[in-house]
Amino acid sequence: MNSTSVAVVGTALGTPTTRREGWEKVTGTARYAAEHTPPRCAHAWPVPATVARGRVTAVDTTAALALPGVIAVLTPFDAPRLGPTDDPQLHVLQDTVVPHHGWYVALAVADTLEAAREAAQAVRVTYETDPDTPHDVVLTVDHPGVYTPEKANGGYPAHLEQGDAATSFAASPVRVECTYKVPPLHNHPMEPHAATAHWDGGTGRLTVHDSSQGAGPVRTALASLFDLPEDSITVISEHVGGGFGSKGTPRPHVVLAVMAARHTGRPVKLALPRRHMPAVVGHRAPTLHHVRLAAREDGVLTALAHEVTTYTSRVSEFVEQAAVPARVMYAAPAHLTTHRVVALDVPTPSWMRAPGECPGMYALESAMDELADALGLDPVELRIRNEPATEPESGHPFSSRHVVDCLREGATRFGWSAHRASRRDGPLLIGTGVAAATYPVLVSPCTARAHALPDGTYVVEVNATDIGTGARTVLAQIAADALGVPLDRVTTAIGHTTLPEAPLAGGSSGTASWGWAVHDACTALIARLDRHEGPVPDGGLSASADTRAHAKQRSPYARHAFGAQFAEVQVDTVTGEVRARRLLGVFAAGRILNPLTARSQFVGGMIMGLGMALTEHSTTDPAFGDFPESDLASYHVPVHADVGDIEAHWIEEDDKHLNPAGGKGIGEIGIVGTAAAVGNAFCHATGRRLRELPLTPDRVLAVLG
Amino acid sequence: MANHSGHSGQTSSRITLRVNGEEYTLTLDHRVTLLDALREHLDLIGAKKGCDHGQCGACTVLVDGRRVNSCLLLAVAQQGTSVTTVEGLGDAATPHPLQAAFVERDAYQCGYCTPGQLCSAVGMLAEVTAEAGSDPTTSARRSALTRDEVAERMSGNLCRCGAYPRIVDAVLDVIA
Repeated sequence: MNSTSVAVVGTALGTPTTRREGWEKVTGTARYAAEHTPPRCAHAWPVPATVARGRVTAVDTTAALALPGVIAVLTPFDAPRLGPTDDPQLHVLQDTVVPHHGWYVALAVADTLEAAREAAQAVRVTYETDPDTPHDVVLTVDHPGVYTPEKANGGYPAHLEQGDAATSFAASPVRVECTYKVPPLHNHPMEPHAATAHWDGGTGRLTVHDSSQGAGPVRTALASLFDLPEDSITVISEHVGGGFGSKGTPRPHVVLAVMAARHTGRPVKLALPRRHMPAVVGHRAPTLHHVRLAAREDGVLTALAHEVTTYTSRVSEFVEQAAVPARVMYAAPAHLTTHRVVALDVPTPSWMRAPGECPGMYALESAMDELADALGLDPVELRIRNEPATEPESGHPFSSRHVVDCLREGATRFGWSAHRASRRDGPLLIGTGVAAATYPVLVSPCTARAHALPDGTYVVEVNATDIGTGARTVLAQIAADALGVPLDRVTTAIGHTTLPEAPLAGGSSGTASWGWAVHDACTALIARLDRHEGPVPDGGLSASADTRAHAKQRSPYARHAFGAQFAEVQVDTVTGEVRARRLLGVFAAGRILNPLTARSQFVGGMIMGLGMALTEHSTTDPAFGDFPESDLASYHVPVHADVGDIEAHWIEEDDKHLNPAGGKGIGEIGIVGTAAAVGNAFCHATGRRLRELPLTPDRVLAVLG
Repeated sequence: MANHSGHSGQTSSRITLRVNGEEYTLTLDHRVTLLDALREHLDLIGAKKGCDHGQCGACTVLVDGRRVNSCLLLAVAQQGTSVTTVEGLGDAATPHPLQAAFVERDAYQCGYCTPGQLCSAVGMLAEVTAEAGSDPTTSARRSALTRDEVAERMSGNLCRCGAYPRIVDAVLDVIA
């Protein structure tokens, strides 16, 4: 049903192509993880802890078990024991320690959803808390527990330093020193995390439908936790209602669903209540930024220091790598980037769209704007003057870097110079801002299989996951061009652990990783077909590929996508409301493989960045230790009416140092820089700088005086 | 509706739901929402559960032509109404024009909010028509809808993927 028929062979890539699962999505037949209901399926509802630090001393299940339809209540005292795991968050109901508010302390299982919910509410949990060590959930830059970790998320060194930042800073004629604050942020994909687990005790087979960004890692985790061979477990993630990082690792819901299925002998469905999600599926940790920039009179940087303080949980260490983008963006003789972290009684932070780059570039690109102001220099020009010849951290050449082209193209399309004067329209102050964007090119080893069938069609198989990116579609495009056949002759099978092993959808690396293996499998299949004499046999012909040998992360080149974001905002001086009238992004991310779905991803990232700029924030409540903004009525993701005129454009890059399809990954860079561009436009409009996100009316009115 | 009148202790009732033109008679716990009745009892999984609190709009269906959050309605109270879900709007062979416009415009990504967006848009356009009443310029009123007005009227339906601009494009396509 593709709207675009590709008549000419070899042109599938680069052609706007509608999604292969589009009709299923618009007619309500695409089934997500909670929408597979085996016969006799029971429902589970978890019980979250109501204290932020302590120990469970008793769980009274009497009232819950007395309710009609209740099958079981599992507690830390009687839940089945689990095998080892790298992630302590998956060791649910294994001990009585409560490391944070919302940690699961029991699980109710019942015949119906209503009975499970009522049973969960009827469970009485008694806690022991120590008045001498009250919970501590508030991040401060001078917290006594702050330490410098060895590594930040992604394996980056936490601390890097060259030159002497303090001396260079003091000796430079133009300086800015600012602190910025990004609050906790929640991924909140529209589909809550869910799993349906079916344990067949007779055959020893476990089948799980899980809402996950990678069915493979879920299977690996379940095999260890439940002491099962991997080949006795099937995990299916066919349609996934968004993830944005929160479904990138196995989550407690799937462990609880399997535990309950094995314990009760019934299939069990568990869909997380929305309000549980902030505590158990990860979040973006708050970051406190201290940025110092120093420059010569001409704007060339002499010193750059980006120091980040963040928190992690007491369960495991996760350090948002927010100072890392400074190592890629700008060179300076004195260059310092560091991360400090403190373990608090908070839920474990994790990946949220562009971890590191997203909050880091908010701070760095805001500081660059402040430096431009201090210099009296156009902020676009300041960035152009600081364009490095090689990657500042490593000295490696860039495989391609077109940030200046993005800035120039964006300035032209946006009308940057013509509109640069701020203006007043009644109660509205209107201004414009700009910020750069960057995100690394990542790739992981992958396997794939390609089949040729006697009817002239092809099937490519890879355990990729389509979380809304259009993976099915773009992999078919890659296969069609590699095979040299029209697109409509290719089908893709993804989202199932019986398919060839593949990495998860994350780090904007899916298409590069999966596509590489698909390309290689198709190339091998062509060779096989060339060797074959006569028609394709009834069973078809197949070829496989494994990119382990060459799809390596390390390259002699520094590989990153870049971009430039422009914003025009209006600030209502009466109500304090900030609105983005226009957002325009230009990105350089290698070859754009499907312009239709790529534009959706870029624009979607920018809209999430708009939420970060204007409405999204969470807090750790000092009294109770939880996130008060735990639902969609209190945590404000953007709505239709928040989005004004928004455009995404790109510069086609022909980068030979990436992967066969030539793409850099586009899922995350769209969110990078948006908040800085909006914040910079706010400053341009009002003459006042807000250094804490989001730009809510209370803060706006306070700063406007 | 059987067994309902003041009979203390009664926790379920046998009711008939009319969904997409079909009648379904079933016994439901009084706590079952219309959303859960559709999803868990009728296997009509088009309507989605995003928040279960009327905050996200993913569960939007049409009841007697009006758009509603089906997670906020008790199924037992829906006897005698006519429910339309995304499955009832059309199928791939005979789609509603809005479904076709969503595919063409790429007005979605993960697809989880999509059924709610579609039902909401159909209900929204019906509201515009109803507001125009017997005014002979009804079709003109619909086609005069601006981007901003469509966005405002659709703001009860969240999309975390940020497909909003394309959704508005799709709505404007079908009223053009």
